[in-house]
This record gives sequence, structure tokens and C-alpha cells, in this order.
Amino acid sequence: MSTCSVSKQIQEELNKQLYDNIIRFLRQSHSEFQEKKIEWACRMKSSEIPTAALVLGVNVTDHDLTFKRLSEVLQDNVTPYVVSLQAKECPGIRHLLKKLMGQLTDCYVEDQSEEEEYVTVSKKRIRCSLDALTDWYECVTKKTGSETPSKKRTSPSHWQSPPIVVIFKDMESFTTKVLQDFIVISSQHIHELPLVLIFGIATSPMIIHRLLPHSVSSLLCIELFQCLSCKEHLGTVIDKLLLTTKFPFKLSEKVLQVLINIFLYHDFSVQNFIKGFQLSVVEHFYSQPLSVLCCQLPEAKKRVNSFSHEQCEHIRSLPSFRRYVESQVSEKQIALLTEDNFVKEVTWILLEDLHIYHENYFPVLKCLHIFTSSLPKYPLGKQIRELHCACLEKRVWETEEYESALQLVRMLCKADLVAMLQKCVKIFMSFPGKEFGNTVEKLEEFLARFQNLEVAEASKVQDESISSQKELQKKTDLYHLQKTLLQLKESRRSKKLTKFEMLRFEVVDFIDSLVRNYLAPAEMQTLHEVVYFSAASTLCEHLNAAPRTALHTALNNPYFYLKNQALKSDAGCISNKAPDICIAYKLHLECGRLINLVDWLEAFSTVVTAVKGTDSDSVASDEVDEIIHARFIRAVSELQLLGFIKPSKQKTDHVARLTWGGC
Amino acid sequence: MPTLEHPEYPEATLLHLESIMPCRESQMSTLLSVFGERQQYSFPSIFIYGHTSSGKTYVLQTLLKTLELPHVFVNCVECSTSRLLLEKILSQLQSLSSKTKSASHISCDTLNQFVCLFKQETMAEELQNETIYIVLDKAEQLREMEANVLPAFLRLQELADRNVTVILVTEIVWELFRPNTGCFEPFTLYFPDYSIGHLQKILSHDHPPEYSADFYAAYINILLGVFYTVCRDLKELRHLAALNFSKYCEPVVKGEANERDTRRLWKNIESHLKKAMQTVYLREVSSSQWERLQQDDGEPGQVKGLSAHTHVELPYYSKFLLIAAYLASYNPSRSDKRFFLKHHGKMKKTTFLKKHEKTSNHLLGPKPFPLDRLLAILYSIVDKRVAPTGNIFSQISSLVTLQLLTLVGHDDQLDGPRYKCTVSLDFIRAIARTVNFDIIKYLYDFL
Repeated sequence: MSTCSVSKQIQEELNKQLYDNIIRFLRQSHSEFQEKKIEWACRMKSSEIPTAALVLGVNVTDHDLTFKRLSEVLQDNVTPYVVSLQAKECPGIRHLLKKLMGQLTDCYVEDQSEEEEYVTVSKKRIRCSLDALTDWYECVTKKTGSETPSKKRTSPSHWQSPPIVVIFKDMESFTTKVLQDFIVISSQHIHELPLVLIFGIATSPMIIHRLLPHSVSSLLCIELFQCLSCKEHLGTVIDKLLLTTKFPFKLSEKVLQVLINIFLYHDFSVQNFIKGFQLSVVEHFYSQPLSVLCCQLPEAKKRVNSFSHEQCEHIRSLPSFRRYVESQVSEKQIALLTEDNFVKEVTWILLEDLHIYHENYFPVLKCLHIFTSSLPKYPLGKQIRELHCACLEKRVWETEEYESALQLVRMLCKADLVAMLQKCVKIFMSFPGKEFGNTVEKLEEFLARFQNLEVAEASKVQDESISSQKELQKKTDLYHLQKTLLQLKESRRSKKLTKFEMLRFEVVDFIDSLVRNYLAPAEMQTLHEVVYFSAASTLCEHLNAAPRTALHTALNNPYFYLKNQALKSDAGCISNKAPDICIAYKLHLECGRLINLVDWLEAFSTVVTAVKGTDSDSVASDEVDEIIHARFIRAVSELQLLGFIKPSKQKTDHVARLTWGGC
Repeated sequence: MPTLEHPEYPEATLLHLESIMPCRESQMSTLLSVFGERQQYSFPSIFIYGHTSSGKTYVLQTLLKTLELPHVFVNCVECSTSRLLLEKILSQLQSLSSKTKSASHISCDTLNQFVCLFKQETMAEELQNETIYIVLDKAEQLREMEANVLPAFLRLQELADRNVTVILVTEIVWELFRPNTGCFEPFTLYFPDYSIGHLQKILSHDHPPEYSADFYAAYINILLGVFYTVCRDLKELRHLAALNFSKYCEPVVKGEANERDTRRLWKNIESHLKKAMQTVYLREVSSSQWERLQQDDGEPGQVKGLSAHTHVELPYYSKFLLIAAYLASYNPSRSDKRFFLKHHGKMKKTTFLKKHEKTSNHLLGPKPFPLDRLLAILYSIVDKRVAPTGNIFSQISSLVTLQLLTLVGHDDQLDGPRYKCTVSLDFIRAIARTVNFDIIKYLYDFL
């Protein structure tokens, strides 16, 4: 799937700089290692372990990909020996060393397969200690050192005596003892074993000081690297995936809002955002029969031509198409509703229109964003995604926020305005659409006029201000001063608009006209259902599941899931046909914190035997049927398994309730 | 007049020893007299303790090496199990006895086995009539191994019936080692901390070849003046001296001052050293970054330390979850009614609480709270209605993995988990500010 590859590509580009920085750091620290330490200063300094503290942000789910990519990059460019460790694999120092050895010897095998025999022999006797590791390293480097000149087969990009990079993926979760021990031990071998540590940090670098005492952290040479913030990352992803005509598939306002809300409110995970996007792609193609047309324009035309009668009916039943039909003259209406070929022709044209709409929409959106993103208080949002949502939702020019935004634009100073216009020109130039030739011309004309104004006005304004100031300086007594000030104020108020202000109004009007022309919400476009996925509620169900609510619904209203007519009952009463667990659940809702089991059983048996009515007399009334008893016990233990109750020691024959409220 | 005297060794060697280990003469002479002559039996076990970097390991190592005494040197930190330790000792012994390195690996699981193997290994001619020294550095680790390891090492001489001495080196006192019963009391030797004079002497000992000893000694004097109050660790001081020396030399190299112009040099370096104390000494800025800064002549303020990045960006609901957790941790649960109910009536702090609750909760630290309370507070502090979705619950557990919350007690999720909030007041205030939530108003301590 192309979106997937694109998103990966984006991520790589974003992280490239980070990787480059880390590699530079490694190179530097490594060169220090390789220098033979003859210099006095080098000899005196205690040898610290080079450590990169990598701050990745709290979105833990995204980290895996980053680390995977990082180790690949390192393996390609720096060293074959990259080990990544996770806290849950290393509860003790022994496990850590074992893992370390295991991964290292494995990557050794990978590098030179003919040596397998040697490795398998050595694996048996390798004791997991750093001594063994040092021996191993010596052995390996000696071998490659002697081989490379003759064969040059091992990848040439690796450095001489490559460092061993150990990545601690989740620094926060490691226990202090393990980390401390490892650092202390490895610092004693640093002369023979060029170790480099990378700490993956999710929260803040302060955690290093919290985990490591000074005696240990003084063994490290820590440098900080900051990952791109996940919000910026999301911004780029949205820009590349959604705000482009490259992909025909689009998200409607509600769906986009759901995805963004999950991102901002819950997890900050770009990975999850992309997954949600992929899910909506799948859902769209699965549920919408006309999604066959959701492809590049020439292909779509071909597909329209081969449409069957049924598919034409599908088109006719689209609400947006119906709206379109109603707006036509009556003969055409009849033709549209009866002739398949005519429908195909019209569909053709409409699809083209839709495409053109998108081609115009995005540049204008970006242009508008340039104006609104720098306004005080951001009436239309700071991020382009907010603006996009606002435009998709309804006619943006009818909203109050838009009004106030334009008001603010009308007060911009010249320098800002010129800069913005220049940016807009750039944006329009970068889009290949033909429509914007005029727009660019117009914008450039504005720019030229601003330029002229500058020249013309510079002299005039100066004159004016000087003269008024001179007047001010002449009068020295208070009364006259006040009077002139008032006069000045008056004149300013009534003064006609300057040329600059006139021009500014013109610019704003022009922008406004662009917005009105091109930023109509997508839902007003005919055939928008073909490319827009709008089932937000389905997506919400899948991505933001509410297990407790679902459980409550299932137990409270079994018909919702079982679809058995007998279970269809009004909310209040308890039917005896419902599954036992539902009956028990409903009864327990009426109880307090502690539930008396005997009472509960009593109530349960009453409900179960209620309708049997006549033969309830035959059974001795105070003794509960054994079968019912067994059913009750099973229902209660099922409830316990689901976490609604637990046995209590406070009172005999009582259980404690664990949940409160409706759900 | 040499302070070290020993009939066994030539005077030149002793003099050399003295010169490379200044300020440790008395300890050395004690050790030498305890060791006795080569073939004599020595004390079965010696216990050496002293503070970090007081030269314990260094003295022992150089002593054993220069006098060419047969010895085994093991750092116990590297041996997480007794088995690793024993095998390491044996393999080193092996390389001692037969100078040609034999590849055969010895496996040794128990102490009993160890004693037998030890006897075998020491059968060799050259080891028979000399004392073998086994040095166990960082010996405090021995206490975490099986209970019989430490007592057995203390009387290894007796058990193995060989001329062997075990030396334990550690930073803590013997009283913390002593097992309950039946243990041999070792000979204890204390290495006192270096005084400032000692430090001055030792640090000036190794001056760079380009500069005179006096010049370097003056530099060390300034360095100690700044750092002695916070750091007496010789290793660390040496590191700092090496890091900052180039800055000290700068005026001399540029020709602005000569080597004797101490006042000028002092002016140049003092503020620099003070900055170093706040940054590089605490490892806020790494040493390599510090050096780069010196070379570029930049201000140390340019590089932000690790602690400068305290800001943590969290998702919207995570912020509220954390705030709710903080409130639940630091407010008594009986006060929840007061904070989160609309018509709570008045509550006086003094009459309301029992005596022990009157101390500040912030002094007592966070208290554990059940999940239900956390969610209840969350629902009442968020303006919008929050659906109890799976994402909320997974956010709680991801806060736990980030160590902002900790799970208290067992990990049975069905049985009502309890949490504690571990963030500081400053941190939570910063978080609350970003969501416009006045947390101080909701904290019982600040009522």
C-alpha cells in the first residue's frame, strides 16, 4: 500500500538528522578511543563511556520503529555490533549480560557464515561475563583485521575496531541496580572494549540523575539528543498524506477529528494515527460500493465506462447526486434517472470537477493558513489541520472566527503583509494547476504596488510627520499643547485612508474571494461520497473501544448482542429468559458495597422460577432447587472473573462489589 | 631515610614503591610486615576498608605487582554468582601456575569443589613455597552470595591447607560483614581519606611535561580551593584538572602572562572553574562538550544541561490523569467531598482531621490510592464528559511505565490495583498550568 510506504519514508526523512547526529557523536567518541592516549591530558582524564541520551517523547508505541531504524542505520554505517535491550528482558545483571552476549555472537554469525563451527563451539563455553566478551571482541577484531586487506569483503563502511553499541530501549523501566552494575563493570573494561551506550528516554533527561548516583554517572560522558516532537511529526504526516492530490482517498471532517482527538487526547502516537488512517482506507473500500471510482482520474474514467446498470443505480442513490439531479432542468432530470449512458457521461464530468476542486482547494488552504497562522490568538487555529477541519465542516467564510481573522489581517503591517504575499506566490507557483496563472499575476501585481508605495510614500510621510512635530515643538504652554494634540487626533481620525490602507483592503478582499471560490466544504461537492470516508462512528468503535460500556450493555441488555427475540424486553424488568449471568448482574446492581450471597441466591431463584408459576408450589418454598443453586454459583464465579465482585473477608457469606455507577 | 624497611626486598624497590605511592607509607609498611617473607605464612585473611578512591586497590595492585608476589585479583562486581567468582579465581590461578596458557576450562559449582580444585592447582612447584594472595575487590558483593562463601574465604588457609592469604577490599566497615556464627576475624586495615595536603601532593605529582612542576602545583592549588568543599574523590579531581588545564594555560600560550603571574592566572580561571562545578562536575554537560566549548571559547550557557530539559509533553487526558493521581496521593480521601462535591458545606481544617493528619502531606510523601478513586477524581476535574474507554486505561499503564505513577503492592489487576504518584509538586504545577487547572486550589496542604 502506497500510503504505508509514504508514511515510512516521511518518518525516515524526519529522523535522518537525528541519526546523523548520533553517528557523528559515535565517530567522535570513537576516534578518541582509537588515539593511543599518549597525550598527557588523555592519560589524566578518567575514561568515560560515551553515552547518548535520546529523548524520544512519551509516545512509547512509536519508539520501536525509531530504534529499529536506528540500529539498521548504525549497522550499515558504523558497526556490526548493535545490541538493543529492553527492561523486561533484563531483571538482573546476569540476564542483561546473557542477552548482550547472545545478540553479539548472533550478529557475528550473521557477518561471516563460514565461521559457524567456531561459534557453536565457543557458545557452549562462553560464560556470561565481560571478560568473555573482551576475549571475544579481541578475537573478532583480530580476525577481521587480518582478513580485510586481502579480501575486503566485510562491508567497507565499518570502522576499524568497530564500537559495540548497546541500546537501552526504555531507560525508565530498568532497575537502578542493573544499570549501575552494568555501567560499573563495563567502565573497567572500556580500554579493551569500545562500548557506547544509548539511553532511550521517554520523559525527561532528569531520569538519568534519578536512576544513577553521582559515583556512577561520573563514569559516563552523556550527550543529549532530542527527537522531533510528535506533534511536528503528525503535522508533516498530515501534510504529506492528506493535504495533497496525490492520493485520491480523503477523510471527512468527522473522521479526521476522531483520529486527531485520539492522537492529542490519548496517545501522541503517530504510528496509531497512520494505523487509523489505514483502517479507514480498508473500511471505505469495504463498505462503499462506489469506492471503485476512488483512484487516479484516467483509471476512474475507464471504470465508469464499464459500469453495470446496478452500479449506475448506486450512483443515483447517492444523496449528493440526488441533490445534483434536483437542481437540473426537468428533461435532464428524467434523462439522468433513466438513461445509464447519460449518467456515466455526467459522472465522468463530475469526477473531473471533483478533481479540479481538490487541485484548487489545497493551495488556497495553504495560502489562507499563511495569513491566519500568525494572527494573535489564532482565531482559525495555529495548525493547518485545524484550518482544514474548519473548512471541511462548513462554509468557513460564514463563521465568526473567519470574520475576526479577516479583521485582524486588515490590521497587519506592511512588512508582514508583503512577506505573506511572497509566500503565497511561492505556494501557487509550486502547484502545477493551470487555474492559478491569474492569481499569481494578481498577487505579483499587489507586491509591485506595495513596492511603489514604499518609494512614493517614504518622502511624503516624512514630510508630514516632521511638520507636525515642528508644530508641537513650537508651542510650549500646556493649553496650546493640549489643543494641538486634540487637533492632531481629530485630523487623524477623519483622515482619508492612506494608499497603503486602500491596498491592504484590496488584498484582503482578494483573499476573501479566493476563499469563497475554492474553499467550499467537500460535502457540498457532488459525488464526494466516492472519495471521502465519513463513517466516524465505526472508526471510533474500533479505535477507541470502551470495554466497560460494552460489558455493561451485554449484561444489561443481552438482546443487543444475542439478537434473540425472546430477550427483547423493556429496560426496567428482569426477564427470566436471559442468561443466568445477566440476571445475577442485574440483581447485583441493586446492592450496596457488600452483597449477601444468601439474599442474592434467593432473589435469583425467585426470578428464574417466576414464570413457571404453577409448579413453584410443588417445590418446597424455602429450599432452592439444586440446579438453580448450581446455575447461581456459576453465574457468580463468572462475574468474579469479569471483575465485578470479589470475595470479602469483612463478613462471612458476603462478596464485595468492585464497580459503581451505570458502567 | 626510607620509611619502608624490609629484609626481604632490596632498598631500591622499596624506594621506588614509595615514590609512586605518596602519602600511603604507613599502610604499606603495615602490609609488608603482615605479608612477611615470601615463604612465610601470612595472616589468613586481611580486611582493607576506606572511602572511595583512598588508594586501596592501587596500593595493593602495585605492591603485589612490583614485588612479583603470586596473586589473583578479582573484582566482585563482575561476578553475579558465586560460581562465576570461583571459576574466575581458578582460571587466574591456572595461568599463574603454568605460564603457558592452557585452554581447558574449569567448571566449579560449590565451595567444596573449589577447595579441592584449589589444592590441585597449587600443587605446582613454584607455588608451593610462596604465599598466594587472593584479592577480592568490592568485597561487599560477597554478602549477597550464598551464606558460606564469606566465612569460607576468611579461613581458606585452614580449609585448603595451603599457604594462602585472602584480602578483602571494600568501602564499608567489617561490622557490616560479620556473619552470625563461627567466622574467623580477619586482620583489619583502615585507609584514611587523603587530606587536602595529600591531595595537593598527589595531584601535583603528575604534571604535564611541557610545564614546570611549580606552575602545575599552583594550578592544583586553585583547583582544590574551588572543588575541595564538594569533591574529595581523587579520580574525579584528576579528571577535572585535566579538563580545565588548557583554559588555565591560555594566557601563557597567548603570551599575555608568564608562568609566575599567578594572580592573573587565578582571575582567568576561577569563574571558569565555578561554572565547571555546576555543569561538568554534575555531568549536566558531558566532558567532551565542555572541551569543545573551551576550544570555541563559547559561553558555557550555550549548552543546556540535562536538568534544563524538564518539560514533558503529555497527551491531554494523560495530563489530567496525572493531576488526578497527584490529588489522590496527597489529599486525604475524606477531603475529596470538600473538593469535588458542589454543596460540601464548610470544613475547618483543624476540627476535621485527626492528629497525625495535621502534618503536611507533602512532607510525608505520596500515599497509595485505588483505581476507582483516581477515575472518580478524573471525571470530576475534566470539564467534558470522559468515556471510560480502553485508551484511558492504557494511558494509566503507560504512565506507570514512564515511572510517573507506580503500582503499589501485588500486580493482580482484578483485585483493585493501587497506585502512587511519584512526580514532584513543581512538575505537576507545570503540567496543570498547560491545561489551565489551578492545582493549588485543590490541594489540602495549601488550604
